[in-house]
Amino acid sequence: MNNDTKTMRDALIEQIYLKMREDENIFFLTADFGAPALDRIRKNFKSRFVNVGIAEQNLVNVATGLAMEGFAVYAYAIAGFLSMRAYEQIRTNLAIHAQHKCLNVNLIGVGAGVSYDMSGPSHHCMEDLTIIRTLPNIVLFSPSDFTMAEKFTDYSLAVKKPKYIRLDGKAIRRIYPEQTEFDWEKGFFVLKEGHETCIISTGYMTHKALRVAQAAADKKKTVGVIDLFMLKTFDRESIAAKLKTYKRLITIEEGFKNKGGLDSLVLQIVNEHNISAEVKNFGFDDKYNFICQKREALYAQNSFADNDVSAMI
Amino acid sequence: MIEIEKLKNKARWVRDETLKLHSLLPEVRVASCLSDIEIFVALYYGDILKYDATQPRYPDRDRFVISKGHGAVSLYPILADLGFFDSNELTKIGTPESMLVAIPDSTIPGFEMTNGSLGHGLGTACGIALGLRARGGKQNVYVLCGDGELNEGSVWEAVMLASFQKLSNLILIVDNNKISMLGYQKDILDLEPLSTKFEAFNWQSRTVDGHNLSEIYDALNDFKHDKSNRPKVLIADTVKGNGVADLCGDPLCHVRSLNSDVISGLIASNK
Repeated sequence: MNNDTKTMRDALIEQIYLKMREDENIFFLTADFGAPALDRIRKNFKSRFVNVGIAEQNLVNVATGLAMEGFAVYAYAIAGFLSMRAYEQIRTNLAIHAQHKCLNVNLIGVGAGVSYDMSGPSHHCMEDLTIIRTLPNIVLFSPSDFTMAEKFTDYSLAVKKPKYIRLDGKAIRRIYPEQTEFDWEKGFFVLKEGHETCIISTGYMTHKALRVAQAAADKKKTVGVIDLFMLKTFDRESIAAKLKTYKRLITIEEGFKNKGGLDSLVLQIVNEHNISAEVKNFGFDDKYNFICQKREALYAQNSFADNDVSAMI
Repeated sequence: MIEIEKLKNKARWVRDETLKLHSLLPEVRVASCLSDIEIFVALYYGDILKYDATQPRYPDRDRFVISKGHGAVSLYPILADLGFFDSNELTKIGTPESMLVAIPDSTIPGFEMTNGSLGHGLGTACGIALGLRARGGKQNVYVLCGDGELNEGSVWEAVMLASFQKLSNLILIVDNNKISMLGYQKDILDLEPLSTKFEAFNWQSRTVDGHNLSEIYDALNDFKHDKSNRPKVLIADTVKGNGVADLCGDPLCHVRSLNSDVISGLIASNK
């Protein structure tokens, strides 16, 4: 693994480990899900590391109880199981409860989109952006690289709200230089300014957006790229002002298309602000994917290979 | 010394007050609220639970998580009596001006959680118990579940964790009223022998008559001072709709409401 490729989970957990050394008010819970970086936490913080077993519902409930006692809690599991097996726990104990209470529970879901490409539909996570976004009082963070994931640590401790942190399952390349400072309240990063066309993406799809923009640049077209990483909440006015300057907006997400995820969010902003741009959405079709194949092949099968996106520009 | 006669008088008073609350707000699940009255009375008037009504969230309090939220309206009169909130709130129940609703939420002083959805309380209480232990606290965490609630799988995830983590500061009370919405649990999803199941998960278990204040008090007092490293469960055998003959015999009493004439008659006969 070279210096420019890393899993988001290891990057984040390494930072959490450092914080746990300084701060006794941090608990790390897992539903029997690991990471190389987690071994140090397991070994060094035996009383503040709890493996609740393969029990995502209880993971969220135990995390709630600890947060009620004022602890900052990380609750770690596979994204699809955390967000869907324990959805009602998230809604009742975190979203409802957090309306009038400080509850610092950081749900870390690993395996966004088809990052577990070869494991089939049970491990693909196409729904979490939509279903978490619909809950009031929860922060939804979807980083596109490990720099961003690790830089989130301070925010995760400072902002005492429930958060869902959607991490890719694979080691992926760095987009942001190590020194990057993120504006979490703004919630998006303009990676490229463009002319006429802008791609809005989240998570790993920002890598695709950058590739497509590069391919366009090779043909002398400048395409904008906006990485929207705080799907809840972000500065709507500020992103609307950016989107207004384009004639064509393209959204790409690793989730079901037109089901309330990133694309719906962008379309809503377009409507609210009378933005006249043409909007094209890319994502997974309304069906599950059973064929055992690599990520890029799954995109191609669902009509959003790089070339499919490039064809729109 | 706890005077059991005093507790019995309190229980009678709570029953009347609960019936009055039901007449003001028929959505109150009255049968469920009548089966756990003696449990509440023993906890709050029997010197079991450590609390401070003037500071409901003071850190040294024992935590009480009422997981069967729909059955907790009978705690309102007790909390008002002890000064958690003004007694006038009781007469305003169910109006937009009142904090009191049919299923309690954590905006009401004295309630830790927003319940109503079953199966969340015990796991959350495990988190509270882990947190208190990490800080070296001496507080206990009490949880009230219904027996029907034990059908929820999430309860058993918590049962497994509590004993594995040796949560000796966790005390579960099961209001074993034997009836859920559509009838007797024995005909729906029979969990008997219940105590054997908890013991199999390495819990310490004790069964009492859940309307006998002396038995409930003795068991809770023993649990409170128990030094073993196991979580504890008190199975309180209760009657759903206790004290209202018309409800007691009805397997569908969960959804029954009583009209105000019936309630007036019941209160008059309780004098």
